[in-house]
Amino acid sequence: MKISLLVLSEPYSSQSSLSALQYAKAALESGHSIERVFFYHNGVHTGSSLQTPQQDEVNIQQQWKELSEKHQLDLVICIAAALKRGNLNHEEASRYDKSQFNIEAPFELSGLGQLLDAQINSDQLITFG
Amino acid sequence: MSKNILVIQRTAPYGSSLAREGLDYVLTSAAYDQNIQMLFMGDGVFQLVKNQNSTDIQLKSQLGAMEVLPLYDIEDLYVIKEDLAERNLSESDLGLPIKVIKRRDTHTLIEQQDHVMGF
Repeated sequence: MKISLLVLSEPYSSQSSLSALQYAKAALESGHSIERVFFYHNGVHTGSSLQTPQQDEVNIQQQWKELSEKHQLDLVICIAAALKRGNLNHEEASRYDKSQFNIEAPFELSGLGQLLDAQINSDQLITFG
Repeated sequence: MSKNILVIQRTAPYGSSLAREGLDYVLTSAAYDQNIQMLFMGDGVFQLVKNQNSTDIQLKSQLGAMEVLPLYDIEDLYVIKEDLAERNLSESDLGLPIKVIKRRDTHTLIEQQDHVMGF
């Protein structure tokens, strides 16, 4: 089955953020494919490469990155929701004259149309949060 | 190709930005020529209350933002009768033209859709 995930919850604050990650791993291990993971609402914080949890805690951004590298996952963060919450990639930081950025590949910033596209082109869209 | 998508709004406006971001999804999807219907249930019915004034909390009015819906050809809006009653609201308290349906009829509405999206 072709599955897409919509992640609305913040990493570390909400269990559903980790559930999304664990669900994605389980789906891939069971032979399903993941069309796209779309991060929206508070879920846009998931892609911040500045996350620095303690050593005995899971690094959620890092785990998505590793999973993406292993399975070529499409990880898309809603650009409008991300920018207002201070999650920018290099390109957006330059555009808005900011000195820092915290979103890097494989996470991409793109529009809400990518959520609609994922929904239409998947058998199931599963929402977390 | 156009799909029939039901967007379910379940959260009150302002306490969380989810109501507003759900509306952004609605407007984006309509701009991509999808057939959107909306259902307000649970605390989501508070989004419809008329005379909202959110100026003092520095947020845009949720109801005001929904006034553009007819421009996007989104005219099928539904609210659950029991969810209004449980919150001491009636149709006359609402600021948008809307169809009031019984809770037990929501499954019929959902069955007519290609996709359902909840916020």
